[in-house]
Amino acid sequence: MIFNDFDPKEDKTFRLIDNEGVVLNQALMPDLDDETVIKAYKAMLFARVADEMAVSFQRQGRMYTYPPNMGQEAISVAAGAIMRTDDWLVPVFRELGAWLAKGVTLKEIFLYYMGNEEGSNYKNAHHMLPWSIPIASQLLHAVGIGYTIKYLKKDEVAFAYVGDGGTSEGDFSEALNFAGVWQVPVVFTIQNNQYAISVPVRSQTKSINLAIKAYGFGIPGIKVDGNDFFAMYVAYKEAFDYARAGNGPVLIEALTYRKGAHTTSDDPTKYRNKTEEEEWAKADPLIRMKKYMDQKGIWKENEEKLIEAYKLEVDKQFEEAENFTPYQLDDVFQHMYVEMPDDLKRQKTEYEQFLTWKENRK
Amino acid sequence: MEGEQKMSVMTLVQAINNALDIKLAEDKTVVVYGEDAGVEGGVFRVTEGLQQKHGVERVFDSPLAESAIVGTAIGMALSGLRPVVELQFDGFTYPGFNQIVSHVARMNNRSRGLFKAPLVIRFPYGGGINALEHHSESPEALYAHIPGLKVVIPSTPHDAKGLMIAAIESDDPIIFMEPKRIYRAIKQEVNDGKFTIPIGKAKVLTEGTDVTVVAFGAMIRECQKALVMAKEAGISVELIDLRTIYPIDKETIVNSVKKTGKIVIVAEAPTSFSVGAELMAIVNEEAFLHLEAPPKRVMGFDTIVPLAKGEHFYMITPDRIFYEIERTVNF
Repeated sequence: MIFNDFDPKEDKTFRLIDNEGVVLNQALMPDLDDETVIKAYKAMLFARVADEMAVSFQRQGRMYTYPPNMGQEAISVAAGAIMRTDDWLVPVFRELGAWLAKGVTLKEIFLYYMGNEEGSNYKNAHHMLPWSIPIASQLLHAVGIGYTIKYLKKDEVAFAYVGDGGTSEGDFSEALNFAGVWQVPVVFTIQNNQYAISVPVRSQTKSINLAIKAYGFGIPGIKVDGNDFFAMYVAYKEAFDYARAGNGPVLIEALTYRKGAHTTSDDPTKYRNKTEEEEWAKADPLIRMKKYMDQKGIWKENEEKLIEAYKLEVDKQFEEAENFTPYQLDDVFQHMYVEMPDDLKRQKTEYEQFLTWKENRK
Repeated sequence: MEGEQKMSVMTLVQAINNALDIKLAEDKTVVVYGEDAGVEGGVFRVTEGLQQKHGVERVFDSPLAESAIVGTAIGMALSGLRPVVELQFDGFTYPGFNQIVSHVARMNNRSRGLFKAPLVIRFPYGGGINALEHHSESPEALYAHIPGLKVVIPSTPHDAKGLMIAAIESDDPIIFMEPKRIYRAIKQEVNDGKFTIPIGKAKVLTEGTDVTVVAFGAMIRECQKALVMAKEAGISVELIDLRTIYPIDKETIVNSVKKTGKIVIVAEAPTSFSVGAELMAIVNEEAFLHLEAPPKRVMGFDTIVPLAKGEHFYMITPDRIFYEIERTVNF
């Protein structure tokens, strides 16, 4: 098991290809046919294009605050390639690859960032929770889902995400502890993108890495190069198999870099420098995978044309979101409870009376 | 107490920054920390420049954990420091709620006064900025309901500065809620020197005779717009800025209602079990025989604050305030 071979206590990082796309450890490379590799690259490319366009839609004032994913695509695309339809995704907000693999549409994502809660009503994504803003709180939900899976003897895994900053929250430790005690099938991923908004990971913990935290809870942990699709794929394959077989939870620290801002409201130049950004740019997951495919001679597509096609698709879904049914007063009230309490009905009626007054005043 | 008379135009953000700067400079026991509060100066830049000026030992980034931020502040406060901690948003204060309710609010009473908790917990609150979930809430009633806490909400740069300095100097723990919607929307001449505004005192902003309107935070500005409409309609409104939620200034409110006989309460939090509910209870208890119309609350629905597309339904607008003022006056 690679979890045994790459001990976080020794600060080892599991990596299969280098920045030039050269295979470092052929023996551990996953046995993937060319088609699967190409599909994964395309999923990463699509996520990148969608993400870049989302930022530009926000800049045009057509969407509100958006948290870009760029630079972190390999992690969630690898999870998407491993997960089964029934597995439960418990996301934060930088796992676009896994969201899309789950069946969430860009239209839904855009709708949310246009300020419509209907965007969290993922009609086609089976077993996926809405994203969670209160940091690390969602990890406990994954553990509860893990308990249900175990209790109902389902053949499922819950996979949950958190960022490097989230590991400082009490909920992080509580989730790992419960998962360990209950031995539930949960795969935890820390996307260590080096910053919690402005705070670097070195100010977040004195720990030599984040994967080592697994030791304190008696569960396996591994640090993986999160910009290496193949390493992430192998780590997820083992983690999902291990959890699905009833062995309990695992923790993966995926080492990566947030190429963009925390959100479109953030300005990273306040807290990090160009040199660092340029250094990490060399480890971009898309560039590495492309170099790998070029060396193998398996990439034959015209990438520019492909990007054009992706842009058209993103535009189409964005327009669908923009043309979504206008927000109604009912939408504020109707999902607060299974059945609307009388007092809420009264508040709505009073507001309608105000609107009538306002209309008559014109 | 007024210091030197030099004035500068400040936003609310700058005024709070200035208050922190003054206290950091004059009192070595003051420390400032929170998520992104150090190097970056906070996501709203309220603490900008303070680390450079006062050093990393006194103004710093904490790891990401609200319970730990509040809990460590208690430890500092009872051992000789005066921490001013930032929780990043209203909706992120809840992981710290346990420490606030179970310890911050009780330390004085539990130790029979042996330990005090002179700390300030400050956070941006309120809606109207098209924010994501958990970034638009007004939880003042949650905190005001906890015995042992004082809850302060300024509505202007001047008040923000004076109240913040008073909060830091208070030996009681202070929840200091900052109306983020008007962080930069209002500019005002503010005295550059040190001054305080007493905690627990409301302020009559406009004197009037027909109806009392009580509000606080970002709603003051909306009320002032409604007052223009009221004036055009020939209605004389007395506008009161609460400034401190608890201890609530009953005297100012009751005296006003005794004069006008009517009260309209404006706030963006959900209506039920709110500061509005408390104000209605106060006027019923203390000015019952003076009331000439039912007290009215113009407050948020008992719902989650909707995201941007639906937020306009939720947010209290000047015309809605005027509508209720007119109905109350014409009762």
